[in-house]
Amino acid sequence: MPDGSTSDAFVAFERVQKSYDGENLVVKDLNLSLPKGEFLTMLGPSGSGKTTCLMMLAGFETATHGEILLDGRPINNIPPHKRGIGMVFQNYALFPHMTVAENLSFPLEVRKMGKSEREEKVKRALDMVQMGAFGGRRPAQLSGGQQQRIALARALVFEPELVLMDEPLGALDKQLREHMQFEITRLAHELGITTVYVTHDQTEALTMSDRVAVFDDGRIQQLDPPDTLYEEPQNSFVAQFIGENNTLEGVVQEISGDKCLIRLDDGELIDAKPINVSQVGERTRVSIRPERVEFNKERLQEGAHTLKAEVLEFIYMGDIFRTRLRVAGNDEFVVKTRNAPDQVRLKPGEQIEIGWLPEDCRALDA
Amino acid sequence: MGRKVRPIHTNTSDGDIMSDTTDSGPMLAADGTPLKRSLSRALRRQKMRALMLVAPLLIFVLISFIFPIGSMLFRSVENDIVADTLPLTVVELQKWDAESGELPDEALYAAFASDMVKAIAAKEHTKLGTRLNYEQTGLSSLFRKSGRKMKKLDPAEDAPFKEKIIKIDKKWGDVETWRAIKTHSVRITNGYFLNAVDMRRTPEGAQAQPEDKQILITLFQRTLLMSLMITGSCILLGYPVAWILANLPARTANVLMILVLLPFWTSLLVRTSAWKVMLQQQGVINEVLVWLGMVADDSRLALINNQTGTIIAMTHILLPFMILPMYSVMQTIKPHYVRAAKSMGATDWTAFWRVYFPQSVPGIGAGSILVFILAIGYYITPEIVGGTKGVFISNRIAYHISSSLNWGLAAALGTILLAVVLILYWAYDKIVGIDNVKLG
Repeated sequence: MPDGSTSDAFVAFERVQKSYDGENLVVKDLNLSLPKGEFLTMLGPSGSGKTTCLMMLAGFETATHGEILLDGRPINNIPPHKRGIGMVFQNYALFPHMTVAENLSFPLEVRKMGKSEREEKVKRALDMVQMGAFGGRRPAQLSGGQQQRIALARALVFEPELVLMDEPLGALDKQLREHMQFEITRLAHELGITTVYVTHDQTEALTMSDRVAVFDDGRIQQLDPPDTLYEEPQNSFVAQFIGENNTLEGVVQEISGDKCLIRLDDGELIDAKPINVSQVGERTRVSIRPERVEFNKERLQEGAHTLKAEVLEFIYMGDIFRTRLRVAGNDEFVVKTRNAPDQVRLKPGEQIEIGWLPEDCRALDA
Repeated sequence: MGRKVRPIHTNTSDGDIMSDTTDSGPMLAADGTPLKRSLSRALRRQKMRALMLVAPLLIFVLISFIFPIGSMLFRSVENDIVADTLPLTVVELQKWDAESGELPDEALYAAFASDMVKAIAAKEHTKLGTRLNYEQTGLSSLFRKSGRKMKKLDPAEDAPFKEKIIKIDKKWGDVETWRAIKTHSVRITNGYFLNAVDMRRTPEGAQAQPEDKQILITLFQRTLLMSLMITGSCILLGYPVAWILANLPARTANVLMILVLLPFWTSLLVRTSAWKVMLQQQGVINEVLVWLGMVADDSRLALINNQTGTIIAMTHILLPFMILPMYSVMQTIKPHYVRAAKSMGATDWTAFWRVYFPQSVPGIGAGSILVFILAIGYYITPEIVGGTKGVFISNRIAYHISSSLNWGLAAALGTILLAVVLILYWAYDKIVGIDNVKLG
């Protein structure tokens, strides 16, 4: 989905900046638009400005500069309670003095909805998250996962078109988290709601989203669907932040179209695809995914450059093997291979040669 | 919930025994002794050590608090003095029919003479006079005056006594005197409690005090009402302060907290006296109001030596006790609750009233109990700024302890005050629930 025209966008940030102290910008010149029905994740390390963006959209923080549009209308001056945006908070924020049903009924009551209609909607919302039997309980009597479901149901019960989620699965254990990731995406797509989801967990971002916006230093570093993000990172930060990544540093030796030759710092030459390098002599950092490294010479292209490597460590992980190598002075070079019947198990101390397809080796900013 | 809860499987044999509900009889430990007994044996050392640690405080509380309260409760009904000082007379009085309207016979006067001679020798007769004077004025001087003359009587030689004693003081020839002594000769009396509620013990049973002596019920009512008003104004003034403190950054909150606690660092007496300076007719507040032209010079506000003065000064003094528990409860209410309410469409007011306020009620409850119980027994402040219209029941108790020396009545008043506090505490537990009280 190309980013740019905001005319048909459901949510749009236009040149938004935010500063808390008048000296530092937490959000720097943010431009983002998402169409109706999209599941967008804001991913980034803590302090990258992603939660601030969410809070500005919800109306709990005001933008220092720029415009936020919802369905074409600027909402900077609309108070949070009139925005009609559903929200799931990090710690659920279920009201402890109300029962589950009263919690769900609250947004309907403030909308002056009749009692019978309220009850029906609450029941439907509870059934939707498979919590129909828990209406009379207090939040404190529920487990973390159950509270999470209630928080979700409460954000959806008044049928908002936009739902914001601020690290909603952070407090759950791994198994439950994976289950809820699936539940949330299923519900979001079934109900056709637009979702903005904030997390610092990249697996969560990749598995749930239509598009992921990677935040760092108050800017969006890359905004793409998960597969593009993983396979074609646009800069070193994204390459490092998403998934596991091997880095080698060097200087551009030759550059022609979508191919370039890199002289690594120890003198060896490798092929790479230039992403954000443009001149010969520029310093660069190349990135290769561990699963794209090949040490079976027969599978490499004719004439491809190879590097000498020494096996340092072999880890058996069940479905995959993780082998740590010393390559061009880098001790943390990792290769992942599938546990297939014909797969070679390398031994520490072995000397091998490794290579890769030039398009899997991306020359990024230094 | 969509997923079924898996039953918990335990592998140890103990686990199997415990999950077996059909197995009856006591649970046994590994060596065959009942599990309960081995558990309590294992915990005994721990319990003993805990007890040793609290023992100093326990003994201190027992000696300095429980024992005096017990003795106060007892003193409010104890009335040994009549029966101890006039033992023979009391026996004779039982035979005398107080309703007949006739004077007692010679036997009683003889017993009385014998008792009095002994009492005078031991100088007990004036104490008895003082005691009986609480019930009927004039008896104190009667005993004192008669004492000097009756000293000369000899119980063995001077019979008959009836006329001699009546000659000493004609009040001994008054049926009412004897009726009063008989009425108050019981060892356990309800007289003090009747006095405490503006009634008195008479030969005809409990009766209302004469109207000019009825002040205690009024005082009780005033104490309760004014304590409620003080608690109410503490809530109104303290809630916003606590809210601001709880919502400020920790650094600023700590600085402002010092301001709240500042009153604790000055003497109570100094603070109350300062209010005297502020509130009197020629005081700071009146001067400012007159200067501003809001009050005419000849109609200055009466802010002190009345109920207004007591309420103003006590609200100020008790305010920290309201703010502190409210503050610590409000600190635990996270801002995301209000945000969540707003995101669901609630206005600022609805979010506050439906979501924030109910969660802060435990703090209000704790503060109110604290302030109310402190206020109901307050003494110094009403004494200094209360005048006659603004004093509390505790001032009356102090008066009976130190001036009139009617300790029995003071004890009865104290007991009633204690009972009122306990009843209110119980009522609070029934209505609000004591679990809903949090000090932090």
